[in-house]
Amino acid sequence: MTPRTLFDKVWSAHEVVAETRDTPAVLYVDLHLVHEVTTPQAFSMLRQYGLPVRRPDRTLATMDHSTPTHTAQVFGSVPIKVDAAAKQVRQMEENAAEFGLELFGMRDARRGIVHIIGPELGCTQPGMTIVCGDSHTSTHGAFGALAFGIGTTEVGHVFATQALLQRKPKSLAVNIEGQLQPGVTAKDLILAIIGQIGVSGGTGHVLEYRGSTVRALAMHERMTVCNMSIEAGARAGMIAPDEVTYEYLRGRPRAPRDQDWEAAEARWRTFVTDPKARFDASVEVNAERIEPMITYGTNPGMVVPIGAAIPDRQGDEVFDKAMRYMGFHCGEAMIGKTVNVVFIGSCTNGRLEDLQAAATILKGRKVAKGVHLLIVPGSQQIKHQAEALGLADIFKAAGADWRESGCSMCLGMNGDTVAAGQYSISTSNRNFEGRQGKGARTLLVSPLTAAASAVKGSITDPRELL
Amino acid sequence: MQPLKRITSRTVVIASTDIDTDQIIPARFLTTTTKEGLGRQLFADWRYQEDGAPKREFVLNRPEAHGAQILVAGRNFGCGSSREHAAWALHDYGFRAVISTEIADIFRGNALKNGLLPVVVDEEPSQWLLHHPGAMLDIDLEAMRLTLPTGASISFAIELFARHCLLNGLDEFSYLRGKLDDIERFEAARG
Repeated sequence: MTPRTLFDKVWSAHEVVAETRDTPAVLYVDLHLVHEVTTPQAFSMLRQYGLPVRRPDRTLATMDHSTPTHTAQVFGSVPIKVDAAAKQVRQMEENAAEFGLELFGMRDARRGIVHIIGPELGCTQPGMTIVCGDSHTSTHGAFGALAFGIGTTEVGHVFATQALLQRKPKSLAVNIEGQLQPGVTAKDLILAIIGQIGVSGGTGHVLEYRGSTVRALAMHERMTVCNMSIEAGARAGMIAPDEVTYEYLRGRPRAPRDQDWEAAEARWRTFVTDPKARFDASVEVNAERIEPMITYGTNPGMVVPIGAAIPDRQGDEVFDKAMRYMGFHCGEAMIGKTVNVVFIGSCTNGRLEDLQAAATILKGRKVAKGVHLLIVPGSQQIKHQAEALGLADIFKAAGADWRESGCSMCLGMNGDTVAAGQYSISTSNRNFEGRQGKGARTLLVSPLTAAASAVKGSITDPRELL
Repeated sequence: MQPLKRITSRTVVIASTDIDTDQIIPARFLTTTTKEGLGRQLFADWRYQEDGAPKREFVLNRPEAHGAQILVAGRNFGCGSSREHAAWALHDYGFRAVISTEIADIFRGNALKNGLLPVVVDEEPSQWLLHHPGAMLDIDLEAMRLTLPTGASISFAIELFARHCLLNGLDEFSYLRGKLDDIERFEAARG
């Protein structure tokens, strides 16, 4: 048999009908994750056709994007501040009830960012196909699943059929070798990769992150890497499952148990790229040379090592426009630049380990005067764990604002926004114009760099404070 | 769905590369629960001032943009968020085609499902188009050809099934529903 990649194997295991020149493949979907923002029109489509959700047992709904993070708005009697967001939340509740979907609603202890709770509950498993009307669905690829974002029309297709029409993308091996230096995180690794291959370097491809560096990453780090595959243009990024994956999944509420586990693990072990399997393309990444990274422009590919200066790309229209938007100039050092807001959270860096990393820096220190540090756990479970471990106390003692879970300030649609012209040092995934609020200026970093910059009140190399 | 066979229109040029879907429609407008009327918010932060008045210098606010159905953009159009609202907003505004040297995967899929034709061309014709805003183009989907006012004719590739659906005004959903027997057999075989 021809040697096959991990991606080839997951793809062919879900091919209901193979593609032809004239028709795309019919691809089966194992798990459909659902949230309130990209589904209302898909439910309308079901109503229009008089159709049910075909497999509610393979569908899991939560609310994360438009939900508030203020405790009083989530658990108290204070109404959700943004009217349209409140309406969307209500509609998600009504739609879930009408179509018989399991919904982790506003006050559910299992609610959280959709890409955090899938793995947390053990729903995300190796070899699966997972889709969601959200581009950061690529996160779940960290388990060796083929996971990608879809549009709302396709959400409707999956509701009605549990399948999708898809052309098979090409494959791109990202071979990463060498040990990450102390103070350099998975976030810095993926930012460096995006800087290397560019924001469209992965377009049309499914990435597989491979090599000794990847094997040494813990699951939360693998998720951070796969999460930002889409920022390199790739709909999906995958990492082959191994002992680290199985150890993470064992005992999770929705992971297989007992004999089912044995059978599942045996099957999962087949989802690895065969020796000599061919990729359509490959890139080599040297992890040892990577430094803490920071973006300086208005897409995630405009990124430099934190100790570097903004490169000179004057005359490049996008660069010049980005400099005007950010209020920066080429040649300026990143270190020491002004910080107004620091956001730690999101599906990229809102996991317990991310909060622990931030706490190593914030413990016994204070947030600099005039800086607003917002820390938003990725799920309610993470919130409770962080409180039980004393992390929340460390954050509050430092002067941080500690909230309920949600997408929060990653995108300005739930009331958590950055004011126009303000500089936001953020652990999220997109530094697009206006992403965190109209006129907001976003710089993407790791949780370590975010925490260090909050303490110093200016952009700081976290290694100074470790 | 209306069949889409041929688009003859002047172009509007937004030359920026890497135009992400947050620019096409900012997140604060995603709280809508319908598809209609999003054209008003298309490129909202580039198009309107703080007080809601149009920015005169932005191309969509200029008289020559009125009625144009073809958007010419820089490389890597539609990157970022999967929001289909971006395709809905462009279509609702009146666009029927987007031309670039590279169009992001999720956006391209969304566009094709909403009567908005993503046309990928090489660097050379792209440069010509970027430097000739307002050019009258003819896009023939049947022939997969784009004709410039110079008479130059450029072929473009498009996924054949999506083309078939657009040409005939068909919904991909009907085809997928027709595969339900196969889907059931697949599920039964997996146990």
